[in-house]
Amino acid sequence: MVPPHLRTPAKIAIAGLSKSFATRHGPFVALDNITLSIPRGNFCTIVGPSGCGKTTLLRILAGLETASAGIAEVAVDEPGKPLNAMVFQGDSIFPWMNVWNNAAYGLHMRRAPRAQVREVVTRYLDRTGLLPFADRYPHQLSGGMKQRVAIARAFATDPEILLMDEPFSALDEQNRTLLQEELLRIWDEDKKTVVFITHSVDEAVTLGDRIVVMTAHPGRIKRIVEVPFERPRNVLALRADPAYGALVFRIWGELRDEVDRARRQEAEAGA
Amino acid sequence: MSLSPRARDRLIGLASPAVLLLLWEALARFGWIDARFFPAPSSIATTFVRLSRSGELWDNLTVSLGRLAWGSLIGGVPALLLGLAMGLYRPVRAIVDPLVAATYPVPKSAILPLMLLVFGLGEASKIAMVALGVFYPVIINTTAGVLEIERIHLDVGKNFGATGWQTFRTIALPGAAPLIMAGVKLGAGMGLILIAIAEMIGAQSGIGYMIWNAWQLMSVDTMFVGLVVIALLGFAFTWMLDEIERRLLPWKARG
Repeated sequence: MVPPHLRTPAKIAIAGLSKSFATRHGPFVALDNITLSIPRGNFCTIVGPSGCGKTTLLRILAGLETASAGIAEVAVDEPGKPLNAMVFQGDSIFPWMNVWNNAAYGLHMRRAPRAQVREVVTRYLDRTGLLPFADRYPHQLSGGMKQRVAIARAFATDPEILLMDEPFSALDEQNRTLLQEELLRIWDEDKKTVVFITHSVDEAVTLGDRIVVMTAHPGRIKRIVEVPFERPRNVLALRADPAYGALVFRIWGELRDEVDRARRQEAEAGA
Repeated sequence: MSLSPRARDRLIGLASPAVLLLLWEALARFGWIDARFFPAPSSIATTFVRLSRSGELWDNLTVSLGRLAWGSLIGGVPALLLGLAMGLYRPVRAIVDPLVAATYPVPKSAILPLMLLVFGLGEASKIAMVALGVFYPVIINTTAGVLEIERIHLDVGKNFGATGWQTFRTIALPGAAPLIMAGVKLGAGMGLILIAIAEMIGAQSGIGYMIWNAWQLMSVDTMFVGLVVIALLGFAFTWMLDEIERRLLPWKARG
């Protein structure tokens, strides 16, 4: 374990990061010169129009893609812990494992001691309200419950950082609000560094300490906005706050041009 | 009469073969069909009892079952492992796929003479035939099963640090299991066909031999007993594999 006084302030350091893919029409630049420093314990949300490369950024941080140029580094505080755990967009839990084994997956892969698995998985299933469903298989669960399993799986792994790729985008409004609340409650306990991608400005403001607004293709950072609301937050009370509305409005203003631009690009590509 | 549609279907399902057997019995007894070729069901049943009392039937059945078991194991296990590797690793697929595609269309029965040449008239050639029959459906279905696994599940494995073997065991095998089971069922049917053929040529035991020998001796009753036993075997295998599937893949259960 790295002693606290020796830790660098940035938990995630991204510098000059670019990613391009080879396509039939030549190279496609998904990310262009991204530089971003995320402090320890920060809940960083990233918003941008679809196709702006935000998922690519997350996949590079997750080690699922490699950067074409630049660096993306995660400071290691406790060697031996996994570097990151991702909550994927869509159905990512294994249909062939019950809720318990899905939540325990990361721990099983690290061959964690049995007692630790039992303790940690019980804790996170309890916190996500899934303990009574530990024996169920995914086909017996609702969409909201499946995403809870994915969140429990990521938290139970106890990684250095958490990566979330639009984890609630497939859920209905009510479920989404409930899960946002649950996520904040669980996160408040040990305040891990989080990078959370969303296309919802509301969600970004509700959850984040800091919002990174990205441009349309090629993905660049347009603006970084600090969110002043204190924690712990109550999702519904927060939405009644006029300052919340003002901030959402401001970020929408930043985003609007980019969404329009993304739309024009799509139209041109289609023509 | 008030029966649910399902109960009625089941009743009809039992009645229709029974009626056919009765009709057959009547036709044979009244001499409307040639009882030398189509002996009455009652006389087949008598032969069945006689053959099982003398032990002849059980001896042949045990021999066939043993060959089926060894053949399934020798053909199925490598097919399973190779299929998993083909599904997971592109280079393995590139090497093995053309070989499978080139040899699969050759009718397995056409390979029997070659098998007899290579493995001789003993057990090995029969086992090899069953193994061949089981190998292809299992390897093809296993590969397809792994390729059908959602990309996101492989990403999850990678993200949570699964090693190659862990990916094999926790994602590729269970993810492909439904198609693997379908392949095993096809393979079992294929094995049954091939063991019957293999035992008819160059064998001195087994159900296939029993049928062939009965033909040569014009002992038609015995021939029909062999056919009934093979039909029952196929039925039993299907039932057994369905049951295994139900227990092995509880997550596939609908409702």
